[in-house]
Amino acid sequence: MRLPLQYNLRNLVVRRTMTLMTAGGIALVVAVLVLTLALAHGFSATLVATGRADNAIVLRGGATSEMMSSLSRDSARIVAADPAVARGPDGEPLAQPEMVVLVNLLRRGDPGASSNVSVRGVDPQVFALRPDIRLREGRMLRPGMDEVLVGRKLDRRFEGCGLGETLRMGGRDWRVVGTFDAGGSGFDSEIWGDREAFLPAFDRVEYSSLTLRLTDPARLADLLARLEADPRVRAEPQIEREYYRLQSRQLADVIRALGLFLVAVMAAGAVFGALNTMYAAVGSRSREIATLLALGFPPRAILASFLVESVLLCLIGGVLGCLLALPVHGVSTGTTNWASFSEVAFEFRISPGILAIGLLASVALGLAGGYFPARAAARRTVSEALRAG
Amino acid sequence: MTRYLPFILRNTLRNKRRTVLTVLSIVISLFLFCTLRTVITSLAASLESASSARLITRRSTSLTFMLPVSYRDRIAQIPGVADASWMTWFGGIYIEERNFFAQFAVDPQRYLELYPEYRLTPGEKDVFRRERTACIVGEKLARKYGFEVGDRITLRGTIFEGVWDFTVCGVAHPATPDLDTNWLLFNGDYLNQRMGDFGQVGAFVLKLDEPARAGDVARAVDATFANSAAETKTETEKAFQMGFISMLGNIQAVIYALGTAIVVAIGLVSLNTMMMAARERTREIAVLKALGFADRTVVGLVLAESLLITLAGGLLGAGLARLVFGLTDFTAGGFFPSFAVTDGTVAQALGIALFLGVVSGAAPAWNAARLHIVDALRHTG
Amino acid sequence: MENLAGDRPIITLRGVSKTYRRDTIAVPVLAALDLDVAAGEFLALMGPSGSGKSTILNLVSGIDSPTAGRVEVAGVDLGGLDGAALAAFRARHVGFIFQSYNLIPVLTAFQNVELPLLLTALDRRERRQHVLDVLEVVGLKDRSDHFPRQLSGGQEQRVAIARAIVSDPSLLVADEPTGDLDAASAAEILDLIGCLNREFGKTVVMVTHDPRAAERAHRVLHLDKGVLVEAVRRERP
Repeated sequence: MRLPLQYNLRNLVVRRTMTLMTAGGIALVVAVLVLTLALAHGFSATLVATGRADNAIVLRGGATSEMMSSLSRDSARIVAADPAVARGPDGEPLAQPEMVVLVNLLRRGDPGASSNVSVRGVDPQVFALRPDIRLREGRMLRPGMDEVLVGRKLDRRFEGCGLGETLRMGGRDWRVVGTFDAGGSGFDSEIWGDREAFLPAFDRVEYSSLTLRLTDPARLADLLARLEADPRVRAEPQIEREYYRLQSRQLADVIRALGLFLVAVMAAGAVFGALNTMYAAVGSRSREIATLLALGFPPRAILASFLVESVLLCLIGGVLGCLLALPVHGVSTGTTNWASFSEVAFEFRISPGILAIGLLASVALGLAGGYFPARAAARRTVSEALRAG
Repeated sequence: MTRYLPFILRNTLRNKRRTVLTVLSIVISLFLFCTLRTVITSLAASLESASSARLITRRSTSLTFMLPVSYRDRIAQIPGVADASWMTWFGGIYIEERNFFAQFAVDPQRYLELYPEYRLTPGEKDVFRRERTACIVGEKLARKYGFEVGDRITLRGTIFEGVWDFTVCGVAHPATPDLDTNWLLFNGDYLNQRMGDFGQVGAFVLKLDEPARAGDVARAVDATFANSAAETKTETEKAFQMGFISMLGNIQAVIYALGTAIVVAIGLVSLNTMMMAARERTREIAVLKALGFADRTVVGLVLAESLLITLAGGLLGAGLARLVFGLTDFTAGGFFPSFAVTDGTVAQALGIALFLGVVSGAAPAWNAARLHIVDALRHTG
Repeated sequence: MENLAGDRPIITLRGVSKTYRRDTIAVPVLAALDLDVAAGEFLALMGPSGSGKSTILNLVSGIDSPTAGRVEVAGVDLGGLDGAALAAFRARHVGFIFQSYNLIPVLTAFQNVELPLLLTALDRRERRQHVLDVLEVVGLKDRSDHFPRQLSGGQEQRVAIARAIVSDPSLLVADEPTGDLDAASAAEILDLIGCLNREFGKTVVMVTHDPRAAERAHRVLHLDKGVLVEAVRRERP
């Protein structure tokens, strides 16, 4: 009961120009869709990986980011002594105060362009608290020295951030003695130095935050309650991963919203294009349709056939679009996260799932653009179709 | 050619559905083009209103570090500096986080004099100087929330904790319409006092004797404070604004890439349509030629039809963009001071429409010119 | 010697009227027409354009429905059938031969002839056999891989005839089958149709302008303004 697929394929080939042009339009829409999703995916991949679910970050009560938070040495000591804090193999609490500032650095390859980079003063034992982060090149910091470690994504993006290079910050020169790999998380866009060296360099007396390992993530509520009840401190803990997720939520939403808006608009334009093409195909094959109907093919076979042709056409565009987008995979870019006012670098990340969505979208476009013309084709009576041809 | 207009019009309406679909896809795409281009022009506009006759001095480390207010007098002494004032970014929340607008604590004595392009009466300036909790709002902000002189505005501090109440003592009107007036200024002495006389400010604003000497003066200022506890970075106000835009990353490249993709996509659509239409009309064109219409005329008719469709789409698309963004006073949550579709953008959109019309009419027009009457009359479509 | 193939006529029209709507104007073409066609008969319909002869063809082949009256073909009352049922009817009982051949340009001769068989339950091998058989009958077995554009007008029409008989319908309807052909090809085609009628017992209803085509028919009917006049009746050989 079905018309052979060859019929549709051959018709697409015979009307080569029209096929290529419509498919070309669809290809662009799918490429933009894939790249937008890849951008959002790359960005959220960065967020999701940032922070641990069993670490807690403690900020000043009421502060929404590390930048605005301050924690005194005394407060840090009190929080670290809490029973909810896990202990290291040496019996000491696994809690490290940190100091975070933003430093404006020049970007490579774009003269005059600069961004604010998160600079974190860390504990010498920082890798114990964040075991997912590893030293990649060079060596660990020596306490008290004017040395820094640079996150993996910074060395190519910013001047002076390469191994062995020197950065000028806070009126002093700092030598890059190593780079670290934070697995694609937000920490990859940070510069780390010895906390005790940073404090005087950046004119700070108090810490920004305290990061600690919880014995059990479920005990966060207990910790929160105890700190609220304690008049000596004004501090609020949250799960580290949750904190970073909230920091980037606004930007992620903006990227996703912009992208979807763009794609929706382009898709509407593409559907109109597909509709036009299919109406034209139906129109010019009027006589054929009449013949097929006369031969006894039921109207729904005609409908199905044109629908299939439309989907095939758009699928060709979909495949082209995916191929068009692929080279951009891995290209890194960065922007300023306005919530934290600091640079966050991420890559376009195309996954098989995203490609599948791209192809599905092209099928959907094919259905949308093909349905009405196909129905019009099937609805005609034989004599109408013969006359129109 | 105008006498043929009814004929041309009738032809485009021959297949209403096809014409409508084509026009719609052009409308959508050019609307999108105008939107993207306006992102760029809005960012550029914010630079335009920034002055080259003023310098901004900030902490070299980053804007998030403060400078001692005592620097002001030393800066004012530097040759080439006519006057110096200071400001601090406050970053408070008005009722809820999404009601974002800029708030600055400023030097009550001199700041307003450095920005003569924002008009206030001498009386308003006087009150501002004297009253600790006075504040001035820009015209656009006042319009958005209905602020009037005498109203109380409460901000929740984030950088500077606490609840901060202010009373509006004046509304600043811009000298030219492109200036940003979506901000609030309040008395910086009040901030200093509530923060326990901390004597820190966010940045200094310098007025130059001669704008041409901006570079020299900037270097002089930074040299003055080099190797001190708080090093400075001085640049023109324009460069300072650029810094913010550059933080967004390679936005421009992304936008241009997208814009091109869109234009090419619609180009393909309209080209497709014109060619389909032309194929149908081969016989008719042959008849016209047989009747004695010159090749030139026939080509003109084909092109005219093509242009009619694309320009209609262009006008509607650009018009829609202008209307939508003009009516809704769109600012993307305060991100853009204004988002107006400029005449330049409209012109570019129409230019693209024109180009599309010519390109998509060219192939069929060329075929029409070369057509052999006899062959075409035999052509049964 | 009237009803060779049996008592009941294969086609019966009773009180059939057909009115077309052109925009808002109603154009009556047939009015209360009665017609019987015997099984195995070769009938030619002639008349000026607009006389309704093609309309009769459309009605008996199930392409169109009458405005009033009853149409019965091969024992099936076409009046009660919906679109899908009419399609099934056509697939089973009717073979079409058009003036402009109406072959699908992107399919080969073989694939064109195979089309009606796709509507049946035959498997690939069986279909292939049938196609080759009928292509043999029309003498074009060696051209089965050619596309319509690679065939002459006469050859195209022969492929179309092959398509018309491949599912072995009892009725063949032909609308000006020789209209686009030169004299020599026309004669070939008419011979073929005549052969199908004589040797294979197919009922043929043919609309034509060509008197030579009408010569081959058993009965020639003239139509003028929707009125049927019998012109010639011949003995069946």
